[in-house]
Amino acid sequence: MKIAITSSGDSTDAKFDLRFGRAAYFCVYDTSNGSTQFIANEQCDAQGGAGTKAAEKMIELGVKRIISGDFGPKAKDLLNQFKIQMVMLDDANSTVGVIIDKLSV
Amino acid sequence: MSVKIAIASGKGGTGKTTVSLNLFHHLKTQATASVQLIDCDVEEPNDALFLKGYKKQSEEAIHQMIPHIDTSQCTFCRQCVEYCEFNAIVVLPTANFAEVNKSLCHSCGACTYACPVPEAIIEEAHPIAQLSCYGNCEHTSLVEGRLNIGSPMQTLAIKELLKSHHVNADIQLLDAPPGTSCPVVATVTQADYTILVTEPSPFGLHDLKLMVALMRELQQPFGVIINKYEDNFKALDDYLAAEKIEVLGKIPFSSNYAHQYARGALLDDIPDTITTAYQAIITHLQSKLLQYA
Repeated sequence: MKIAITSSGDSTDAKFDLRFGRAAYFCVYDTSNGSTQFIANEQCDAQGGAGTKAAEKMIELGVKRIISGDFGPKAKDLLNQFKIQMVMLDDANSTVGVIIDKLSV
Repeated sequence: MSVKIAIASGKGGTGKTTVSLNLFHHLKTQATASVQLIDCDVEEPNDALFLKGYKKQSEEAIHQMIPHIDTSQCTFCRQCVEYCEFNAIVVLPTANFAEVNKSLCHSCGACTYACPVPEAIIEEAHPIAQLSCYGNCEHTSLVEGRLNIGSPMQTLAIKELLKSHHVNADIQLLDAPPGTSCPVVATVTQADYTILVTEPSPFGLHDLKLMVALMRELQQPFGVIINKYEDNFKALDDYLAAEKIEVLGKIPFSSNYAHQYARGALLDDIPDTITTAYQAIITHLQSKLLQYA
């Protein structure tokens, strides 16, 4: 299963990003082989619709679960329609790597 | 020919509504019967509260055209997504999914232009605001726009409001929303002349400067009315003089008149000092603008 984690940078040392649509990067962690892939969020500075576009990206990537600080209403609507699980984590201090370690336990 | 005068301010609470209603009232008694007040503050219109004796004559919906994607026709080529500046369209070819987000769409029509398949994108009318007319007998004195709760389409509502055939008097007073953002631009760019209402306070001066910068950038003619004037804030007079900004008039501060406003009795027993100030402003406006009406 693919799990996306919002990230402020492009490595597992980067801090977890609490924002979904405006996150700098999405870390796609594949539980089947433990691989990670970092995808830059092209829409992070968009005037509007960043959440919608981020949700669209997640669906395209085949992500089934997303871990972020929170999700906006438009992103929520779309992710719900595609039955993608949204996990809210209020942890601004952890790195993406630490979160992945917790998932692997 | 009609003359459109916008009443704007930057800072809220300087007296846009007070000035608009007073100009409306005094123009009617002093100049011409063909005056209309257009409440362009579509997020919180309030002019109707003060116009007693005027009945609601009609109400109609203002619509926004929003495209709908017919997924049985759509080829999921994503051309519309590429064209959309507002990130309003989601197309997922693998899921046969194509949808327009109504709250992001600005009705620009780019997607219908981009779409190679006729009939795949069809525009549908969605109500965003209410337009109400108030008046007595046949004549409409107030045309009000009221944005539906939850709709973010202020500028579109204002543009459609001002295009309405109900807006037809010789002199049209556009009561603008507060601030200096898009809804204000949508109002003042439709006007032939804009009156900036300010007050003698640091906050009033600060926002007046923003508004003056906006008017100059838009290259729109304007003048200033100082409301609640008490001759106790020299910085404002100095600024207006230094910038060579025309002062149309000064409305003296009156605590009693503020109480009247709070009771909704803005146009009942207007104090003489205030009536005199407005009469002078109208005489000035007549020589300046209204001869073209």
